Parts: sequence; C-alpha cells; structure tokens
Amino acid sequence: MWEKHRAFERNSIFLTVGILIVVSIGGLVELVPNFYLKSTIEDVEGMRPYTPLELKGRNIYIREGCYNCHSQQIRVLRDEVDRYGHYSLAAESMYDHPFQWGSKRTGPDLARVGGKYSDEWHRDHLIDPQSVVPSSIMPAYPFLADAPITGREIQRSLEIHQRLGVPYSDEMVENAAVDVFAQASPDHPAAADFAERYPGVAVRAFDGDPRRVTEMDALIAYMQMLGTLVDFDLYDGQADINLR
Amino acid sequence: MADKKDIDEISGVETTGHEWDGLKELNNPLPRWWLWVLYATIIWAVGYWILMPSWPLINDHTRGLLGHSDRAVVVERIEALEALRRERGGRLIEASLDEVVETPALLEFAMASGRGAFGDNCAGCHGAGGAGAPGYPNLNDDNWLWGGTLEDIQESILYGIRSDHPQTRLGDMPAFGRDGILDIEEMRAVAAYVRGLSGLEVAEGADLDLGATVYADYCAACHGPAGEGSRDLGAPDLSNNIWLYGADVETIVTSVREGRASVMPAWEGRLDPVTTKALAVYVHSLGGGE
Amino acid sequence: MTDKPADKLLGNDEAGVFALLFWTAVACLLIVAKTQDPAMEIHAWFGLVASVAGAFALIVHASERRGTPPDEIGGKPNYHMGPVKLATALGAFWGVVGFAAGLFIALQMTFPALNLDLPWTTFGRLRPVHTSAVIFAFGGNVLIATSFYVVQRTCRARLAGGMWPWLVVWGYNAFIVIAASGYVLGVTQSKEYAEPEWYADLWLTIVWVIYLLVFLGTLWKRKEPHIYVANWFFLAFIVTIAMLHVVNNLAIPVSLTSSKSYIVWAGVQDAMTQWWYGHNAVGFFLTAGFLGIMYYFIPKRAERPVYSYRLSIIHFWSLIFLYIWAGPHHLHYTSVPQWAQTLGMTFSIMLWMPSWGGMINGIMTLSGAWDRLRTDPVLRMMVVSVAFYGMATFEGPLMSIRAVNSLSHYTDWTIGHVHSGALGWVGFISFGAIYCLVPWLWEKKRLYSLRAVEWHFWIATIGIVLYITAMWVAGIMQGLMWRAYTELGFLEYSFVESIDAMFPYYLIRALGGALFVIGSLIMVWNLWMTARHGEPAEEAAPRTLAAQPAE
Ligand code: HEC
Ligand code: HEC
Ligand code: HEC
Ligand code: HEM
Ligand code: HEM
Ligand SMILES: [Ca+2]
Ligand SMILES: [Ca+2]
Ligand SMILES: [Cu+2]
Repeated sequence: MWEKHRAFERNSIFLTVGILIVVSIGGLVELVPNFYLKSTIEDVEGMRPYTPLELKGRNIYIREGCYNCHSQQIRVLRDEVDRYGHYSLAAESMYDHPFQWGSKRTGPDLARVGGKYSDEWHRDHLIDPQSVVPSSIMPAYPFLADAPITGREIQRSLEIHQRLGVPYSDEMVENAAVDVFAQASPDHPAAADFAERYPGVAVRAFDGDPRRVTEMDALIAYMQMLGTLVDFDLYDGQADINLR
Repeated sequence: MADKKDIDEISGVETTGHEWDGLKELNNPLPRWWLWVLYATIIWAVGYWILMPSWPLINDHTRGLLGHSDRAVVVERIEALEALRRERGGRLIEASLDEVVETPALLEFAMASGRGAFGDNCAGCHGAGGAGAPGYPNLNDDNWLWGGTLEDIQESILYGIRSDHPQTRLGDMPAFGRDGILDIEEMRAVAAYVRGLSGLEVAEGADLDLGATVYADYCAACHGPAGEGSRDLGAPDLSNNIWLYGADVETIVTSVREGRASVMPAWEGRLDPVTTKALAVYVHSLGGGE
Repeated sequence: MTDKPADKLLGNDEAGVFALLFWTAVACLLIVAKTQDPAMEIHAWFGLVASVAGAFALIVHASERRGTPPDEIGGKPNYHMGPVKLATALGAFWGVVGFAAGLFIALQMTFPALNLDLPWTTFGRLRPVHTSAVIFAFGGNVLIATSFYVVQRTCRARLAGGMWPWLVVWGYNAFIVIAASGYVLGVTQSKEYAEPEWYADLWLTIVWVIYLLVFLGTLWKRKEPHIYVANWFFLAFIVTIAMLHVVNNLAIPVSLTSSKSYIVWAGVQDAMTQWWYGHNAVGFFLTAGFLGIMYYFIPKRAERPVYSYRLSIIHFWSLIFLYIWAGPHHLHYTSVPQWAQTLGMTFSIMLWMPSWGGMINGIMTLSGAWDRLRTDPVLRMMVVSVAFYGMATFEGPLMSIRAVNSLSHYTDWTIGHVHSGALGWVGFISFGAIYCLVPWLWEKKRLYSLRAVEWHFWIATIGIVLYITAMWVAGIMQGLMWRAYTELGFLEYSFVESIDAMFPYYLIRALGGALFVIGSLIMVWNLWMTARHGEPAEEAAPRTLAAQPAE
C-alpha cells in the first residue's frame, strides 16, 4: 500500500491538488451550514443596526485594539452569567462586521457594559483609568477627548453595511453624515429627525460637552449601547429553536 | 520500494532507497502505541458524536442521544444557585434592618454577598473600599446625600440617581455661570462664602457680603440657609467640609458655573433583588448607616 | 525558462517583476494624489518609494549582467541563494524586533505607565505589532529562507522564476512594514493574526501566489524522482495559507483611497471564519511549515536518516486533514452553535497523535546519534524544540476539551500554551535552522562560536521555563478566581482582585522574556561574526554549489 503514495511523491500537481482537497473538507462542513441552518441565529426582539455615531465608536474601539484585552462574549457558564449578565446570543452580533468577541480577558467582558456606568465615569476612566480604578492596568486614552469627529466616510460605511444585509434604511444612509453629529449634540437642528430615525436611542453629550463632537463621544456612545438591545423579557432561551 | 535494498548501518533498518541532498528515510513501521492511541481517539470521537449535538445536516444538525444543551444546563445551574441563596438568605428580603443586624446568619449572608457584588459593580466608582473619588461619594462616612437608612440606600441603588430609571432620584445643580445667571465676580464671592460655611480659610479680599447675598438668593433654596443641604434634592451639605468634587475655590466655582449632575446608574434589573438588598446592608454597615 | 538574449536589457522574469513594480508605483501615486486618509498617505508613499527603488535596482542589476544565470554549472546545480541569504538575515532581524516588542508589552501589563498616554504606544496597538512581528516577520522570513533553501537542495534544481524569488522576499517584507506601521497608526481589521487592512492583504495575496509558483516551479524542475517529505509540508503550508488568507480577509474597502474596510462576514459566521483561519494559521504556518524545517535540518545536522517514512506519510495527511476542523475549540461555550463546538473539540483530540507523529519522527531520527546532543548545542536546540512541540500539541488537545476550556479560555493559560509553542517550538527550531544556514550560505566552515550558542541555548531555555510556568500559574489562578463561589452562593472575587493577583506572574514573565531577548542578541552577534569573520569553507565544495554532507 505504501507504493501507492508514490503518485503524490512523484507528481507535484497531484500533491498540490491532493492537499487542496484534503484541507477543504473540514472548512466546508463547518462553515457553510452556519449560513443556512435556521438554528444558527436566534429569533429576538430589539436588535437594530448601529447609529452612525456608535459605528464610529466601534471603529475607534477596533482602531485602539480594545479587543486585545476585552472580550464581548459572555459564555454559557454560570459564573459568567452571574458576573456579566445574560449569556451572549448569536443574534446580538449579527450586524457586526467584523465580530468583536475577543480571545483574552485582561480586562472584564464588555458585552453588557452598556448602562453599567455613567458617561462621566467612562470619560474619567478612558482619560485616566487609574484615577477611578487604582489597580487597573488599562492604558489611558486622553487623546480621544481632543480628537474631533469628521463625517467623512460614514455615509459610505452605512452603505456598505446595507449592501452586506444590515437593515439600514436609505434615509439612514443618506443622513449618516448629519446623524453622527446630531446624536451627540441635543441642540442640533437634526436631533429630532435623528430621534425619529432611531427611536429610543439616547441623544446626549456623551463627552459632557455639547458644543463639540469628539471621538470620546463616539466611543462612549458605543460603550453605552453594548448589550442593551435585545429585550430579554420577550426572549425565551428555552424555546426549542433557541436551544443549541 | 527501491529495487536494491539499502540498510542503515547503525540501526540495521532498511531505508526507502532514496536520497535527497544526503538525506535518507528509514522504513520503520508505525509505532504500535501511536497507532492504537490514534484509533482510541477516533473511537472516542465517534462515541461523542453519537451522544452530543454534532453533525450538520440539511435542515438541522444531529442532536445527540443525550439531548444536551448548554443553554438548558446553565439555566438549571443558575436556578440552583438562586435556590441556594434563597435558602441561605431568603429572609433577607422580608427582614427589617434591626432583624438583619441582630441575626448573625443574615448579617453574614448580606455581608458576604454584598462584598462580592460591590467589587464588580460599585468599586469602579466608589472605590474598592467604598471610600469614593472626586465626583463619586464616599460611602464609609455618615454624610449622606440622599439618606443613610437602609431604605434610603436601597432606593439609591435600585433606581439610581439621575439615571434612566423612571423612579430615579432627581435634582440637578443649575449651571449658574454657563446660563448667565451669575457673573464671575459673584461666583468667586459665593465660592468664598461657601468655603467659610465649612470653616475653611477664606482668601484675603473676598467679598463675603456679596457672597452671602448670592447664597441666600440662589443657593439656600437647595443647600439650606446654613448650608446644611437637602436630602430631598440631593443637594450636598456645604457646611461639613466633606466635598464630593473638592474644596478649592476653582472646583467650587466650576460647580457653580457648570452645574453638577453626577449620575449613579440604576441596578434594578441588572442585579437580582436579594443582591441589591444585600448591597444595601453592606453599604449601610460600611460605617455610616443610620 | 526565461533565457535572456544578450542584446536584451530585461529577461522575461525581469520584465514581469518590473511590470508589477511599475503598476504598483502607479497605483500608489494615484492614491498619494487623492487620499485624505493620513495613514493611507504614508503607506502609499512607502509603496511608491519602495516600488520605484525596486524597479531602479532591477534595471541597474539587469544592465550589469549578460544573459540568464544557468541552471547548472559543470553538471552541478547552480543554486540561487541570494534571496535565501536575505530572508535569513531579515528573519534574525525581525526576531529581535518581535521579541523586544513582546518584552515591552509584557512590561506594559506589569507597569501600565509604559503605555505613555500616546495613541501610538498603547498596549492595544502594540500587541499586534508583537504577534505579527514574531509570527509573520520572524517566522515568515525563516520559512521563506528555509523553504527556498530546502526545495533547491532536495530537488537538485535552481530556484524557479529567475528574478521572482527576490520579489517574494522583498515584497513579503514590504507587507510586514505596512502591517506593523499600520497597527501603530491605528490601521487594523481587528481579526487576530489577520489584522492588516485590505490593501496590505491584497499585496500579500500577490506575493503569496508568486511564492507558491516559485516553489511549485522548483518542484517541477527537480532532478530527484521523488519529492522529499519536507517539501510536502512546505507545499501544504503555502497552499493552505493562501486559501485561509483569502477567505478570512474578504472585505469591502470604504474607498480605494481609504485604509478602512468592512469584513463581509458578520457575527457567528465571522467568528467561525476567523478561527478557522486563526487555528490553521497555527496549524499551517506555525506547525506544517516548521515541520518542513524539522524534516530537513534535524536529519541533516544529526547525519541520520529520518526515522520512519511510513509515519511521515500517515502523519502528514492526517495532520493536514484534521487540523482544519479544530478551529471551533477557540469558541467553546460562545454563541457559536454547539454542534460546531463538538466537531472542534473531537477533531482536536484526534489531532493529538498526528501531531506527535512529527515529534516522534523528529526525535527518533537521533537514534544512533544521541551523544551529539552533548556536544552540539545547535542540534540540542532543535531537539528541545521538538520536545516543546510535543508539549504544546499535548496541551492543545487538552485545552480543547470543553470542560478544560471553560477554565482556560480568556486566561493567561492560553498565553502560556501559545508561548510554549512559540518560544519553544517555533523559536528554537528557527534558531537551529539559522545556525545551520548562516555558515552554509556565507560559505564558512563553521559558526563563529559554539560556546555562544551554548549560552544562547541555556539563557533562552531558562527564559522559556520562567515564561510558561508563570503563565500557567497565572492562567489557572485567573480561571479559578473568576469561577470561585463562596459557600453562600456568591462570586468570591471581583474581577479587579484577579488583576491584582497577576502582578508577580507578569513580572516573572517579563523576566523570562528579557532572557529570551538576550539570547537572541547573542545569536545575532554570533551570526554577524560568522558571516564577517568566520573561517572560509574549503574551496573544493562550496555549499551553494553542490551536494555535500554536513561538516
Ligand atoms: C492592557 C489592556 C487593556 C486595554 C488595551 C483596554 N483595556 Fe479596558 N480594561 C482593562 C482592565 C485591566 C480593566 C479593569 C480595571 C478597570 O476598570 O480599569 C478594564 C476595564 C474597562 C472597562 C470597565 C469594565 C467594567 O465592567 O468594569 C471599560 C468600559 C473598558 N475597560 C473599556 C476599554 C476600551 C473602550 C478600550 C479601548 C479604547 C480599552 N478598555 C482598552 C484593560 C484594558
Ligand atoms: C457610574 C458610577 C457609579 C457606580 C457604578 C455606582 N455608583 Fe453609587 N453613586 C454614584 C454617584 C456619582 C453617586 C452620587 C450621586 C449624587 O451626587 O447625588 C452615587 C451615590 C450612591 C449612593 C448614595 C450616597 C449618598 O450619599 O446618599 C449609594 C448608597 C450608592 N451610590 C451605592 C452604590 C452601590 C451599592 C453601587 C453598586 C451596585 C453603586 N453605588 C454603583 C456613582 C456610581
Ligand atoms: C436646584 C438645587 C440647587 C441649587 C439652587 C444650588 N445647588 Fe449646589 N448642588 C445641588 C445638587 C443636587 C448638588 C449635587 C450634584 C451632584 O451630586 O452631582 C450640588 C452640588 C454643589 C456643590 C458641590 C459640593 C461638593 O461636595 O463638591 C457646590 C460647591 C454647590 N452645589 C454650591 C452651590 C452654590 C454656591 C449654589 C448657589 C449659587 C448652589 N449650589 C445652588 C443643588 C443645587
Ligand atoms: C521575548 C519573547 C516574548 C515575550 C516577552 C512575549 C510576550 C507576549 C505578551 C506579553 C503577549 C500578550 C499576552 C496577553 O495579551 O495577555 C504575547 C502574545 C503573543 N505572543 Fe509573544 N512574546 C514573546 C515571544 C513570542 C514568540 C517568539 C512568538 C511566536 C513565534 C510569540 C507569539 C505570540 C502570540 C501568537 C501571542 C498572542 C496570543 C493570544 O492572543 O492568545 N511571542 N506575547
Ligand atoms: C494539536 C495541536 C494543538 C491544539 C489542539 C491546540 C489547541 C489550542 C486551544 C484549545 C487553544 C485555546 C483556544 C482558546 O481557548 O481561546 C489554543 C490557542 C492557541 N494555540 Fe494551540 N493547539 C495546538 C498546538 C499549537 C501549537 C504547536 C502552537 C504553536 C505555536 C499553537 C499556538 C496557539 C496560539 C497562537 C493560540 C492562541 C490563539 C488566540 O489568539 O486565542 N498551538 N490552541
Ligand atoms: Ca488571542
Ligand atoms: Ca487582514
Ligand atoms: Cu487552535
């Protein structure tokens, strides 16, 4: 039987094709069903796409590499549910391009940090973590408070998400470059329109200064909505479709 | 495989007969133990597939003979945990403060659970030991913004202060400077006056008369005529030299100019009722409970 | 092949490389002109300068030489070792950079003031600099160097593609520079081990396809009837990384002049794709590729035949088949469907023996030559490396068991596991290969100092032991503290208490890392002295020309 292997050893094309076939199988079987099996993503109430400001904040989260220390994925384990809240659902990250589950918890999980602290606290903490948590080993991000936000690229960002299947309306896409400012400045002329486009979403000066919209606004807006969307009163984790 | 046999001298084992850049391969068989362990892992895997959810199909995936689901298991485990808590500390919910303090088992229970929950949820603002930080009140002392009875404390925790909870405690400090009500001279004067209320040194040349007037006109309504504060409005006592934000003139002027409205989040819904009650007892026992 | 007539300035291969560089320069020029994105502008300038410099160097080189270098001289293969030398030197250089970056972030985790409050120096931006520098810059250059060396020698054929191998090495290192400087500037896709943004990914795809073609082309030209086992592993590594890279990085750029893109996958599907990629970056980059190194350099250095040809066959095919399935062990208990987790775990367990097949073949190749371990620190380094490989591939399946992973995931245990594989296996086998290669490539009789290798070996070994034991203790302690309950049914420790408990272990880890860095500096000094001042090899048989047993 060992002689049969000669075919691969003597022919580089055979070897290449053989390798390609052998390494394709596992991926196909494991990845493809996640796109078509209905049980992959739960049926929930409350999920909505990120507002333009939150999306900006998410991009800052990615840019600063927060995912290197923070997970956003509460595992289905007793202590995690006890410490951080309801275990994460697949539905909660279904609009995330890319996902931010992380793989290391140097800091605590952030999947449900929304609403846990005040905006001021986030501001204090991001500017100087050790000022509020003396033994923190988190880096300081004072520069975020001084970096104004631009509307550049945001409309196109929503458009791409829309194309990828995230349910943004055309109106949301068209107004993205305005909405990104309106959400952080309650006196903005478009604030009312914004509230209509994104019902129930907080409009406030996240960085404490309504006169300018900074990266700090965006990041805090993102932090404050994390894990707050799904209505767990209406969610039945024990329903057959959601038991996986 | 090769026609002529090539034997490695040192091991006495036949080679495959090929040579690459001086390298050869022995034709040793697969180690037996290696092969058997490989088979064993395969058999184990097959067994595992039969018992647990595993292979994806067209409409569903195999569910496994055990019908196991992590999500069902964790719900059971959380329920068991809650049952244990109810069993060990269930009476905490009904018990009055006196009862809690007098019943060692209840007190121990409340302290144990309060300590744990405080570390993960409250320490970020109030500090690991509850000593607070600028803008975040000290919970160890007997100076309370909103009241220091068990009920007061529990209400602060459950509904928060200026939080988004419908029953939250409310009461903002207006922004006298930003809104153009007071000018900078008046603000400096009232700041000096307020320092005086606590017996702090007042800077030379400060206009205390103006300060007193401004105070009576604009501040006394909330902070009281003598600066004793108001728990209904959450207006701090300005006469006891305990400061939420700081005692220096600049900080006080900032408080007056920009107003203050610090936020304490609401914990109802995030923490279960036993835990919030336990936290109230814990905070109450930190030193200043009334 | 690309025979160049004496009257033409450029041969076909040179013209091809020139065209690629030309169009790259044009694209960069357009971006420089139009972009509003500062990071993109810096990168486009870099691309412009690099491709113009490359094209210029190419023309100078071409005008100085007549005709194409022959495949053989006097019946002996005329090996093409220039790109191998370059990649070897760059590998050693990036190694020091990557280890130093690791040491720096280890110190940041101990003393957070080292984050310096600047955007460019925070842990979150520097950590990927470390991981990319060690895996892709250090590991990648060593892999390119060794694969180009080994494929030529074991095929008795000159590297295919004429000028193209130079493009592979320079192009790959340009990718590294763009990737690492990007992280510092905040340009990242946030997908672990695939952080570079879309344009860097695109460039890497081009370079990688050329790499594959050069490698295949050389196999194609071989004078040996059979393909040597090391080349199976190199080929599997190159082919599979191409597949993983393309699928995991599929993204839509915000615009062609923006550094930002959005990955097409979302949520669960993205997580599955990412760890299908991430795990197999380990499996094919850090394992299959380095096994290729092992299969050449250990038998070569030990002057013994490979232990078992049959084991090679079985463990090769089973390894590459099973590895692909194991990705979901990075996603246990998450919102990925449980069926996928089951597959990830069971296939990881089945992967144990195929992994150990490599270890057995590596270590047992020494049978009959064990005594050499005492006298030859280079061989010892490689054998210890294989032992670490065995350890990491025992620990890995163990950590794949869901119950174990519920404790280890998210903790420093994973970091300990990573570095027993990374420092022990990847690091040491690379050092061993570099120690072999430098005297061969620079045509020296031997290394400048074997005693320095001895020092490197011991200092680095102590460093590794400190690193991984500290991380095991730290990781298990974290895992236990996070899940500890009081008897009253409440969590015993707050998260911050677990951070406080880590301090001594992070300090020990940094110490271990410092030793590893010192070891690598000793190596670089030794290599430099070898190349500059080593005793020349005998004239008769320069290694770059023909087959010859090791010294
Ligand atoms: C070096 C690792 C590290 C990085 C990078 C990091 N953090 Fe942290 N983070 C921590 C640690 C450790 C803690 C826990 C101590 C504390 O609260 O500061 C923490 C805590 C937090 C908390 C409070 C969580 C809670 O529930 O108490 C938030 C919110 C947070 N980080 C957000 C961020 C954001 C946003 C970024 C990126 C801009 C970031 N972190 C980057 C380590 C890090
Ligand atoms: C985001 C920061 C934050 C967190 C987290 C937080 N608090 Fe507070 N807390 C505050 C602030 C700010 C105040 C003061 C509000 C004011 O000025 O009126 C306060 C006030 C209080 C008060 C009233 C003090 C008084 O003097 O009347 C109590 C009691 C209290 N917190 C307990 C807790 C407990 C228990 C927790 C955890 C479950 C907690 N806090 C978490 C910020 C926080
Ligand atoms: C409508 C009620 C109201 C009025 C009027 C008011 N305050 Fe306040 N003040 C508050 C409240 C409520 C707070 C606490 C806010 C918080 O906790 O963030 C506060 C806080 C302060 C503080 C910070 C205390 C500390 O411990 O750091 C100072 C100083 C202060 N007020 C001074 C004044 C002065 C001077 C005036 C008049 C010019 C005034 N206040 C008028 C409600 C009021
Ligand atoms: C001087 C030697 C080294 C030191 C001090 C060091 C230090 C570190 C540190 C501090 C981290 C971050 C851990 C965390 O976030 O908790 C890390 C991560 C990592 N390092 Fe190293 N490292 C060294 C060498 C290497 C080498 C040689 C490799 C690979 C060949 C490597 C590969 C990695 C990888 C893959 C990660 C990411 C692990 C993960 O995300 O799970 N490191 N290293
Ligand atoms: C049979 C072989 C192996 C198996 C089954 C295996 C399994 C695992 C598991 C279970 C994890 C932890 C995942 C998590 O909890 O997040 C992990 C992480 C990791 N392993 Fe291995 N491992 C193996 C061999 C290796 C080797 C040889 C290396 C070489 C360096 C390596 C490098 C890594 C890296 C870099 C990570 C960190 C991934 C991350 O960023 O989270 N592994 N491995
Ligand atoms: Ca990781
Ligand atoms: Ca990428
Ligand atoms: Cu893995």
